[in-house]
Amino acid sequence: MSNIHEIAAVAIMALVTFFLRGVPFVAFRKKKVPKYIEYLGNALPFAAMAMLVVYCLKGVKIMTGNHGIPELVSVIIVVLLHIWKKNTVLSVVVGTACYMILIRIIGPFAV
Amino acid sequence: MRKINVVIKDTLPVMAGYIVLGTGFGLLLNENGFGLWWSLAMSVFVYAGSLQYVGISLLSSGASLVTVAITSLVINARHLFYGITMIGHYKGAGAKKPYLIHALTDETYSLVCTGEVPEGFGKHEYFFLVSLFDQIYWVTGSIVGSLIGALIPGNLEGLDFSMTALFVTVVVGQWIKEKEHRPAIFGMISSIICLLVFGPDNFIIPDMILIIILLSIFRKPIEEGRKA
Repeated sequence: MSNIHEIAAVAIMALVTFFLRGVPFVAFRKKKVPKYIEYLGNALPFAAMAMLVVYCLKGVKIMTGNHGIPELVSVIIVVLLHIWKKNTVLSVVVGTACYMILIRIIGPFAV
Repeated sequence: MRKINVVIKDTLPVMAGYIVLGTGFGLLLNENGFGLWWSLAMSVFVYAGSLQYVGISLLSSGASLVTVAITSLVINARHLFYGITMIGHYKGAGAKKPYLIHALTDETYSLVCTGEVPEGFGKHEYFFLVSLFDQIYWVTGSIVGSLIGALIPGNLEGLDFSMTALFVTVVVGQWIKEKEHRPAIFGMISSIICLLVFGPDNFIIPDMILIIILLSIFRKPIEEGRKA
């Protein structure tokens, strides 16, 4: 039984991922972090979180199926509820429940 | 105990999503002929949701190691941003640092990227516990999926929307706290444009480049805006 190829594949996935997560830390381990990188580090969370939201919704098909209506409605509910109550758990639970219900209601009628 | 309670409360949205997505992963991997030890190895050592899902087809199709390496690079390139953000916050974390880096997933990043720590915690202690708990949820899900995934009754489709919802709450929270909105707007617009132009499978790397360019061009006004 030889699984060497598969084991190597898993090891490569692990190493590449660790490399990507770690390279900024290693690059500035000894030196003082340049002002420009410090600025990026402070500004990136806002841009990166917006990028992540789009990344999560990248599979939504606006022109076909349910037209992304469950996603759109649920995201709007999460936004409004979070502005109102500022309670992460509440926003996530209500938004997810809303999504799960909507895909079951709208799904069957999708064209 | 109080500390553990705080960490569980803060990681609750991740718990729901990770257990479901982890279970789905273990189940699929198992169906493709790779049992418990494989899902455990991947969830402990790779620990990256999207790559692990893609990894199932890479493993079962016998993809070449070069393909595996390139796919991993492309799918996980966005993690470079997280490292850049956390250089300052993880400074001086000592022995905890390698693990903090290893466990810096999308979801953990969303919980630690502001650098805020609740009262009563050492800074790196909090980051470490959040990272560790998130991974425990993920690994637990993977084990459950491998062993009894096929037996789970009911239809949990859509429960993974909790991850999207979590990221949306982080964006809203940041928007309320921060006066300077250009970075968030750039991130949103650049991502949508790149998604439309390059398609869902290839947009992240051009998106990252465009975001860096925009943030660099507008560095002065953004820095002034954040100070004001």
